[in-house]
Order: sequence, then structure tokens, then C-alpha cells
Amino acid sequence: MADISSNFLGIKSPNPFWLASAPPTDKKINVIRAYEAGWGGVVWKTLGSQIKNVSSRYSSVNYGGKRMMGFNNIELISDRPLEINLREIYEVVSMYPDRAMIVSLMADNDRNSWHELIQKCEDAGAMGFELNFGCPHGMTERGMGAAVGQDPEIAKMVVEWVMEKANIPVITKLTPNVHSVVPTARASVEGGTNALSLINTIQSVTGVNLDTLVPNPFVAGKSVFGGYCGPAVKPIALKMLTTIAQDPLTSRVPISGIGGVSTWKDAVEFMLLGSTTVQVCTAAMAHGFRIIEDMCEGLNNWMDEKGYKTTNDFIGKSVEKITHWEDLDINYHHIAHINQDKCIHCGLCFITCEDTSHQSIHIERGHPYNTYTVKDEECVGCNLCQLVCPVEDCITMEVHRVAPEYINWKEWQQRGLPLNDH
Amino acid sequence: MSVKNNRLSPSEYAQNFADIHPPFENAEAAAIEANRCLYCYDAPCMKSCPTSIDVPKFIRQIASENLKGSAHTILSANIMGAGCSKVCPVEKLCEGACVYNLMHEEPINIAKLQRYSTGKAMEHNWQLFERKPSIGKRVAIVGAGPAGLSCAHVLSREGIDVTIFEKESKGGGLMTYGIAAYKVTPEFCESEVNYITSIGGIDIRYNQELGKNFSLQTLQSEYDAVYLGFGVGLARKLDIPGEDLDGVVDAISFIYDLRSNDFSAIRVGDRVAVIGMGMTAIDAATQAKRLGAKEVTLIYRRTQDEMPCTEHELNIAKLDGCKIIWLASPIEVLGLEGMVSHLVCDIMQLGAPDASGRRSPVSSGQTFTLEVDMVIKAAGQMPYEHLVDSYQLYNHKGKVEVNDHSSTNLKGVFAGGDCVNGGKEVVDAVQAGKDGAAAILAYL
Ligand SMILES: Cc1cc2nc3c(=O)[nH]c(=O)nc-3n(C[C@H](O)[C@H](O)[C@H](O)COP(=O)(O)OP(=O)(O)OC[C@H]3O[C@@H](n4cnc5c(N)ncnc54)[C@H](O)[C@@H]3O)c2cc1C
Ligand SMILES: Cc1cc2nc3c(=O)[nH]c(=O)nc-3n(C[C@H](O)[C@H](O)[C@H](O)COP(=O)(O)O)c2cc1C
Ligand code: SF4
Ligand code: SF4
Repeated sequence: MADISSNFLGIKSPNPFWLASAPPTDKKINVIRAYEAGWGGVVWKTLGSQIKNVSSRYSSVNYGGKRMMGFNNIELISDRPLEINLREIYEVVSMYPDRAMIVSLMADNDRNSWHELIQKCEDAGAMGFELNFGCPHGMTERGMGAAVGQDPEIAKMVVEWVMEKANIPVITKLTPNVHSVVPTARASVEGGTNALSLINTIQSVTGVNLDTLVPNPFVAGKSVFGGYCGPAVKPIALKMLTTIAQDPLTSRVPISGIGGVSTWKDAVEFMLLGSTTVQVCTAAMAHGFRIIEDMCEGLNNWMDEKGYKTTNDFIGKSVEKITHWEDLDINYHHIAHINQDKCIHCGLCFITCEDTSHQSIHIERGHPYNTYTVKDEECVGCNLCQLVCPVEDCITMEVHRVAPEYINWKEWQQRGLPLNDH
Repeated sequence: MSVKNNRLSPSEYAQNFADIHPPFENAEAAAIEANRCLYCYDAPCMKSCPTSIDVPKFIRQIASENLKGSAHTILSANIMGAGCSKVCPVEKLCEGACVYNLMHEEPINIAKLQRYSTGKAMEHNWQLFERKPSIGKRVAIVGAGPAGLSCAHVLSREGIDVTIFEKESKGGGLMTYGIAAYKVTPEFCESEVNYITSIGGIDIRYNQELGKNFSLQTLQSEYDAVYLGFGVGLARKLDIPGEDLDGVVDAISFIYDLRSNDFSAIRVGDRVAVIGMGMTAIDAATQAKRLGAKEVTLIYRRTQDEMPCTEHELNIAKLDGCKIIWLASPIEVLGLEGMVSHLVCDIMQLGAPDASGRRSPVSSGQTFTLEVDMVIKAAGQMPYEHLVDSYQLYNHKGKVEVNDHSSTNLKGVFAGGDCVNGGKEVVDAVQAGKDGAAAILAYL
């Protein structure tokens, strides 16, 4: 059995799975249920100034009959009195000292407010802080949340205020609503943050109701941009994570990865790309806390299979595998191959290649089943057919190198090799 | 032992003849199944539908909540798409070809999805087709069955004035009078006929029989073209001693009675033998059982490998508790005081392949005798040979001969459906009606 426990700047948890700062971590009753279910830690719902929520608050994107492929909210930070939150944090920490208790903060934009809040939370037993520089709605209008995260200068200043006061590790949570997360991340590291987490939600409109013509979510005939999360955002989160994990400055601090994690596989991908712990919100909101069981078991089995003893054995292993386009090996070429024994003759490979790709699949019409084969000379190895094929391992990509040696774009040009030949 | 009616309570009849194809409970359920469809290219299911319904398209339209579009996709290829979705032997048509079978997974429930969209169209009486202004041409159609109605609808869309002559008092043909009651109800058949004719330009004259109330010559002289879609007639005779005894009935009449009267009025025996293993035999056997017969035995000359019905149909009969005796051929019906008492059968063996390629049954010389009080004959149907001959229509043992363009040997007279193919499925008759209409449009 592998050891899946995690140590994030000294904050220990029995597994690397934390619940992200959001409704699942909003009060004692939720958090106790989460710990009972097996979650390794929580980032308590963001605490800060007094606010007021509206209804409705959520909307979602369904796809191909699956609900909540993407999830959107227009909620603000905690709408419960600070004293109650602090008392509950204290109680939960005393009941479950083995779990990570990070408290998310978003104070008013002055040094004193931050210092006051930090003091109160440390007194309540917080083990670490997460600075919410990411909330994309409601708070920005008041110069908080994403408004801080979108301006590296302000971010650095706030991090510095926090570092003056905090005695426990500080994680800065980044907003994805920027052209690149790197500048704010660097500024935060320069300001002294001990760690980074990303991503918060992405500004979005999930859809428009075709009867009322009002976009979702509906609030008395109007709507606003909300924050998007859930499985749909995972690829974007992974990309942003990678930029942080590859940057020489930001890669010096540990990262807590967030955005669309629903299964142990998603979590492992985040960890391979540099996350020490992984945070989850939407998947728990869609299915309940019980998903943690499979996350732990799946991670454990995978680590055993791969021979990893601790999570440190594989964290970050895929970071260097993402390179620059101009460093890719142009002599690498692969060609699709259709296994006729597995083919069910749905024709999707043919029609997609024929209509939208390189007309590389040959069709021999039959009744009722057509036969499809790849025209090797035409195939550019784009993968489209393999992606649309509904049968596992029916289409495989077979390597046919153009030449044995590695050659990249710069050299290709220097040697005057042919361009635009397909 | 006796042949009698009123064997069950009203609620038992209702239960026994309830629709065997319940619809999707709600839009979600339909969407889940629709989303399972892979949206195949040049889809095998479509190629295996005799009317070539664009199955992937109509299913995708259910998934995209474009139900009107979905119904239009179905009905523009098959105006009886609603009825077909209840009666098609899909396991040998569309669903039998669905690519999921090749993954050893359940095929898409195409018929159920088809029922979903077409059911909505009928329920809301969506008018999905517009009739072009009348072009002043008149076409007469004989028979308001699937072939006739399908032909009429295409012609009416093109602005032709259609008159259908139907010998019965209701439309729908065997859909109304032949197909098992647990697949389609009389009310459904009637509303489907009304839905089809609601396009306008189709005048159905009921109780008008060709050869009795009017002749083919009259139609030829009064109309610009004639389409014959009068189907096939009674069950084939067995030509064995005792066939005239009280208790020997023809499956088509048995089912006709059952479809046209209250179930409680239909007489059925305690122990019933059904001769044959086609769709009609299965329908007669299962419905005899559902009417309250104690024991029903299907008797077939060949084996399961050669049977004309599908496995699915056979299973319906088995689940209803019908017994099956393979390799048995009736040679005599015995009677007692003019009533059926026994059926004597030859035990058969399979010999060399015959013209149909199936191994033909030959007598083993041994016999057995079954105690029965009712014998239902369902060994194939007989075309209207006499009627067809009397109008000098070229035919093959009563099956009207047509060329590639649905045209008979008589000028301006076209034909299709069971009266040409000798008895296939509703969906084949619908396609024949479309082909006939296309030929007539080219001819006019
Ligand atoms: C017992 C039974 C069960 C069946 N079950 C199924 C099934 O489950 N699924 C399936 O797809 N198919 C089934 N079929 C076959 C299907 O019913 C036929 O293939 C289909 O109805 C043929 O359509 P049609 O229009 O050619 O003929 P028909 O449906 O027979 O219609 C012919 C019409 O012409 C009328 N007519 C006949 N003679 C004259 C005349 N002289 N003058 C005026 N009108 C006349 C008839 O009254 C009838 O309305 C079944 C058939 C039978 C007998
Ligand atoms: C309803 C809702 C409320 C949220 N509130 C907060 C919050 O108060 N503070 C915060 O830092 N992030 C908040 N988030 C963002 C989540 O913590 C997380 O970053 C985001 O949902 C991406 O993860 P996911 O794809 O697992 O949901 C909220 C998200 C949701 C759905
Ligand atoms: S008409 Fe019949 S065969 Fe054709 S798609 Fe519909 S159910 Fe299948
Ligand atoms: S073959 Fe099956 S999966 Fe493919 S389009 Fe037809 S119903 Fe859909």
C-alpha cells in the first residue's frame, strides 16, 4: 500500500485531497461530514467583510445528456457572521487535528483589516491561509477578489501586508481571468507568499433561456457574469498550472491545484503537472462528499501499480514534458490504423476526416456495413479519427518516422527543408 | 372442452391486451437514449429501414429538443412512422443493424425513440407538410392500407386530388384489422389515418369494394391514374380432411374479428392448435392465449432455423405460455358431432434444400395425435387471384406483377404493397406506396 498522505509546508493531511473554499466548506456541519467521509482537509469558505447574496446563485452547462459538465455561480464570500465562522473553525480543528484546516481570506483593502482578520483566524486554530485574489464577481466591484489578482502590484502589496502578520503558511489563490497567471504569481512570490493555488472560477455566461431570453442564472429578469468551474475548466486549469510550475520563480513554492477535479485520475494529472495537493469543489457539489472514497482508492492503486511509495515520487513528473512548439521533433510521424476486427462501422472516422480533415480514409460501401481503411500516404497523423472512434483501441496511431534523427523547427528552416508539403 | 367467449373479466382483457411497447416516461428518458446514439455516417440502421428513415438525424433532433424536426424527418420518409414504430420487426430491420450489436451492447431503441417524436406530432396534431395547390389531376387508389395511404400522402403533397376506395368501414388495412391488438389499438389506427389525411386532398370512400361496387375500367376512365394497394386475402387452405369442422378457423378472420369487436365477444377454445410459424401464426397464438385459451400449441413443419417469424416474436409466444411443436405437419382434423376433437400430424424430417434455400420437410411416416377443440390456420395468406385475373392484370399466382416503376401491364394502373409482394411488413408497404406515387407523378 502506497502512502498517500501529504505534507504541504508542514500542514499534514491523510491524503492530498482538500475541499476548495466554497459552499462545501462553509460551516461546521458540512466540514464534519466531509471529514467523516474521508477528505484530507478543507479550505474554509472565504471570510471577510459583510455581504449579502442573491438568488438564484448557480447555473450549469449540460452536455450530451450529462448534467453539470460546467458549473457557474454568482455567490459571494461567506455570508455568515465572522464570530460564528471562527467559533466553528475552532471546534472543527479540535475535533479533527489530523486534517488540514486552511482558512480563505478576503479582507477589505487596507492593512489593518487584513491584520485583524489574520489574528482572529490564527486564534481560532487555522493551520494556513489562502488569500482569495480570485473571486470574479461581486467583490471586484469593491476592489477585492479578482481586482487584486488582476493587478500584480496590488497583489504584491496585499501579500506583503499578510506576511507581516501571519505566523502560519500563506497560499495565494490566483484568478484565471487574466491573459497569463504568471505576473500575479511572481508578484505574490516576491511579496513573500509561501505557496500558490489555482485556479479560481472563470468569468462566464452559461447560456440564455430561449423562452424568457434572460441568460442564466436568473435574478428577477436579469443576470450577471458568473464564475465557471467543473469538468469543463480542467484543461484550462492544467495549462495555467503548468505555466506556474515551469516558471523559474513561481516554481519555487508548492502549488495546490484546483479546477475541474472529479476523479483520482484528474487529481493525478494535476499532481503530475506540479500540484502538491488538489482541491475540489464542483464534483463534491454534484455528487456529495462520498466521491473521496474512490479518489483515495484509485490514487492508491495507481501508485502501487507504478511503484510510487509517496506522492513526492511523482509530483511534477510531467512538467518538463510540456515544451515549446519549436522544440518538437518534426521527423516524428504517425499514421492511423483501423483494426478491422474491432471496427463497428459507424463511419465517424470517415466522415470527420473527409469533411474536416485530410480525406485520408477510404470507404468501401457495403450493405449495411461499409468498410473503412486508412490511406497511409494521405494521413497526416492528426488523431481526429482516433478521437471520434467510439471503440477503445480500434484506431491506433502507428509510428512511421520520417527519419531517425530529431530535428526541430529552427534546424528545419536552417537546412531549407520543404514547407507546406501537406 | 369447448369453444366459447367471455372467458375473462374486463380488467383481465384490458391487462392482456395492453400496449407491449410502453412509451418513454418523459423527455429525460428519451434524451438519455437519444444521447447514446453515435450519429453514425451512412448509418447501417438507416440502410436497414425499408423506408430509409434518416435515423441518426431524427435521434439527434430528439437530443437537441427539436421534436418537430425529428417528427418531420421520420414522417417525410415514412408517413406511417408512428404505426411502424409500434409494429416493425425492428430486430431484423433498423435495430438489428445498429452498430451497438457489434459491440455486444444493446442496440439503440430506435423504434421507441421514433414513437416518442411521432407520438408528440400526433398528440399535438403538428401539421408538418403543406399540400401544394391542386394541379387538377385526379388519382384513384384501391385500399386504404399502408400502401394506399402512403401513396395518397405523397400525391396529395404534390397537389394531386386523391380518392381512396376502401372495402371496409375503417382505414389502415391490416394495421387496423390484422396486426396484434397489443401492438396497436383501433383508436390509434384511426387517429393515424386521420393524421395522415389531415393534409387535405385525400377523400376516402369507405365500404366501396373493387369488383363489387365498381370496376377497374371505371376507375381508369374517370381518373388520370390508378394505384392498387388492396393487400392479400384469406389464409391459405390446408387441404386436409376435417378442415370444414366447426372449430377450424382462419387466422386472418380470427384476428379480424378480434380487432373489430369487443374482446369478450371472441370465441376461443380450451386447447388450441395454431398451424404455421409466421407473424400471423404468432399473433393468432398469443392472442388466443390472451383471450383465455388454456393451452395453445404452435405447429410448424420445419425447425426454428427455418421459421419465418423473428426470434423476438417467438419469445413473445413463449412468454405467453404457448407450446411449440417443431417438425410436425397436420394431416387430418378429427371431429366429434361436427366439432373439432383432435388434430393428427405427421412427424417430419429435414430433407434437401428447396427453392427458398431452406431444407424442405419430408414425412417420417410416423404420426401423433393432439387433443384440441380449435384449430387456427395461419400457413400463409392467399392473394386475390380471382379478382386480379378478372381484370387481366399480369400476376404470379395472384400477386400483381409490376415493373421497376410500380407499373402493371395496364396503362395508368400502378400497384404495390402486399398485393404485389404477397405479404411483407407495413414498412415495406409504405415504401411501395412512395415508389408508386413517384411513378405516378412521372407518368402524369
Ligand atoms: C396477422 C398479421 C399480423 C401482422 N403483423 C405485422 C406486424 O407486426 N408488423 C408489420 O410490419 N406487419 C405485419 N403484418 C403485415 C402488414 O400488416 C402488411 O404487410 C401491410 O398491412 C400491407 O399493407 P397493404 O397496404 O399492402 O395491404 P393491407 O394492409 O392489407 O391493406 C389493403 C386494404 O385494401 C382493402 N381492400 C382489399 N380488397 C379490396 C377491394 N377489392 N376493394 C377495395 N378495398 C380493398 C383492405 O380492406 C385493406 O384496407 C401482419 C399481417 C398480418 C396478416
Ligand atoms: C458556489 C461556489 C462558491 C465559491 N466560493 C468561493 C469562495 O468563497 N472563495 C474562493 O476562493 N473560491 C470560491 N469558489 C471557487 C472554488 O473554490 C474553486 O476554485 C472553483 O470552483 C474551481 O474548482 P472546481 O472546478 O472543483 O469547482 C467558489 C465556487 C463555487 C462553485
Ligand atoms: S420505420 Fe421501422 S424499420 Fe424504419 S426506422 Fe422506424 S422502426 Fe425502424
Ligand atoms: S446504427 Fe445505432 S448508433 Fe448508429 S446511428 Fe443508427 S441507431 Fe445510432
